[in-house]
Amino acid sequence: MSAPTIAKRDTSGPAGSRPRTGAARRAGSAFSGIATRSAAVLLLLAVWELAPRTGLIDATFLTPFSEVVLALGELAANGQLAEHVQASLTRSLSGFGIAVLLAVPLGILIGWYRTVSDVLTPLVQVFLNTAALALLPVFVLVLGIGETSKIAIVVYACTWPILLNTITAVRNVDPTLLKLARSLDLPPLALFRKVILPASIPTIFTGLRLAGAAAIVVVIAAEMVGAKAGLGFLINDSQYNFAIPSMYAGIVAISVIGVGFNQLLVVFERRLTSWR
Amino acid sequence: MTTKIRFEGVGRTFPVRGGRERLTALESIDLDIAEGEFTVVVGPSGCGKSTLLDLLAGLGTPSSGRVLLDGRPVTGPGVDRGIVFQQYALLPWRTAQGNVEFGLEATGVPKRERAERAREYLELVDLAAFADRHPHELSGGMKQRVAIARSLAYDPDVLLMDEPFAALDAQTRESLQDELRRIWRRTGKTIVFITHGIDEAVYLGQRVAVLTSRPGRIKSVVDIQLDRSAAEDIRSAPEFARYRHEIWTLLHDEVVRAQQLEKEAVPA
Repeated sequence: MSAPTIAKRDTSGPAGSRPRTGAARRAGSAFSGIATRSAAVLLLLAVWELAPRTGLIDATFLTPFSEVVLALGELAANGQLAEHVQASLTRSLSGFGIAVLLAVPLGILIGWYRTVSDVLTPLVQVFLNTAALALLPVFVLVLGIGETSKIAIVVYACTWPILLNTITAVRNVDPTLLKLARSLDLPPLALFRKVILPASIPTIFTGLRLAGAAAIVVVIAAEMVGAKAGLGFLINDSQYNFAIPSMYAGIVAISVIGVGFNQLLVVFERRLTSWR
Repeated sequence: MTTKIRFEGVGRTFPVRGGRERLTALESIDLDIAEGEFTVVVGPSGCGKSTLLDLLAGLGTPSSGRVLLDGRPVTGPGVDRGIVFQQYALLPWRTAQGNVEFGLEATGVPKRERAERAREYLELVDLAAFADRHPHELSGGMKQRVAIARSLAYDPDVLLMDEPFAALDAQTRESLQDELRRIWRRTGKTIVFITHGIDEAVYLGQRVAVLTSRPGRIKSVVDIQLDRSAAEDIRSAPEFARYRHEIWTLLHDEVVRAQQLEKEAVPA
C-alpha cells in the first residue's frame, strides 16, 4: 500500500465553484416551473367549468366553476364567508397550537428515553390509527356540543402525528453528534437546545404538516355534526337548502385554506432549516 | 519528561447480546504517554482501539485497572481532552465558524471572545475563507479540518483522534497528515492517534503502539526516529520502509488471527 506523494491542498471542494446564472434565465425557469406545477390544477378547473356547461354532468349537481367563484364573491361581500372562515380557523388553529405545545416537548422527552419510547410508541400508533372522527361522538358526549369538544377533537387529531414524528426525530439524532456533546460535557438543557432540537426539526415538521391537514379535516367534520358557524356548517347548511353554488364555494374555501396552511408550514420550515 | 497519560492494567469487557458471557475488548493495557508526545495506536479492526480512546475520553469506564490523566483517574468526559471523530461530527445547521464556536460555548468562553478565537483556529487549519460555509458545502478534508479546529480552539491538553483520516482520499489524507504534524509542533499538544494504517502510523507517530487482535493487548511499542529534515519525501526513505516493515510484521499475524475470529463469529 504505497500512497502517492503529491501534497495538494483540497480547496477545490464543492464549495469552491458556484455557477452563476443570469437573472433572466432564472426568471424564465421560475415561470416554466410555475406553469408545470399549476397545469394539472388548471386542467381540473377547466373540466369543472366545461363538464356542466356541455351537459356532460347535470349542472344542478355540479355548478360550473365560474359560478362557484361568483357565489364565493357574494359570500365574501355579505360577510358570511369571513364569519365562517373565522369560526373554522379559530377552532383548528387553537387545537393545532395546543397540540404543538403539548406533543413536541412530550415527544422530545419520550424519544430521549429509549425504553420509554419503546413502551409508548405502539400506543401512539394505536391512537394515530384510530380515526379521530370515530371518537367525535365520545367527545360530544363528554364535552357537549360547544367549542370545547370541537377544539378538543382537533387537539386529539393533531397530537399523534406530531408526537410520533418528534419521538422518531429524537431517536434518530446522529449518534456521533451525541457523542461529541457528551465528550464536551454539555449540560442537559444545552444538549436539547443546541443539538437534539435543531437535529430533529426536519422530522418534527413532517408531523406538523400531517397535523395541519388533520386539523382542517377534523374541524370541518365536527362542524357538520353540530355547529352554527364554520365552513363545515356552511357546506352542510347550503346542501340542506339546495344552495348548491354556496356549497361548492365552501368546499373551495376549505381547499384554499388547507393548501395555504400547508404552504405556510413549508415556508416556516425552510426558514428554520435554511442551512440545507 | 512528565507522564501525561498512564494506562495501568486497563481491561474492558462488554456484555454479549443475548448471552451470559462477556466479550473482552481490552486486556491488561499498560502504556505511558509523555506530555507533548505524539502516540499512534495501530491494530487490526475490532481490536478495541476505539474502546481504548473512549476510556481515555471518559466516555466509558474500564472494567479493570485505571486510566490516569496527570496522575488523576479519569472519571468522565472533560474539556481537557478534545476528540476528533472519523465521521467529523459537525453540526450540519451551523457554519464552519459556528461549529468551532460550539466547542467554545460548551467550555464557557465569553461570547465576544468566541468569534475571534474561532477565526484564529480556522486560520490555523487554513479555512478562514470558508468560515461562513455549512458542512455540506465543504469537502471531506475541509470538514475534518473544521473538526480539528473545533477541538483545538478550547485548548485541551490532549487531542484524541479516532481514525480521523480514514474516510478521506489518499491525497487529502497526506496533506492533512502534514498539517497535523505542523499543528502538533506549533501547539505542543499531547496527541493520541488511532489508525489501522501502517504508513500513517509511521509517518505521524513518535511512538507507535501495536495492539493484538481481540482481546486487545499491547504487543509492542515502536519508537520512530526519522530524520525528517533530510529527505523531501520521507515516505520513500529507506528507514521509513524499515519501520513500516517492522510494524507490518508485528501486525501481520494479528490481522490473520482477527480474520479467523471474524469467520468463527459468523454462524455457519
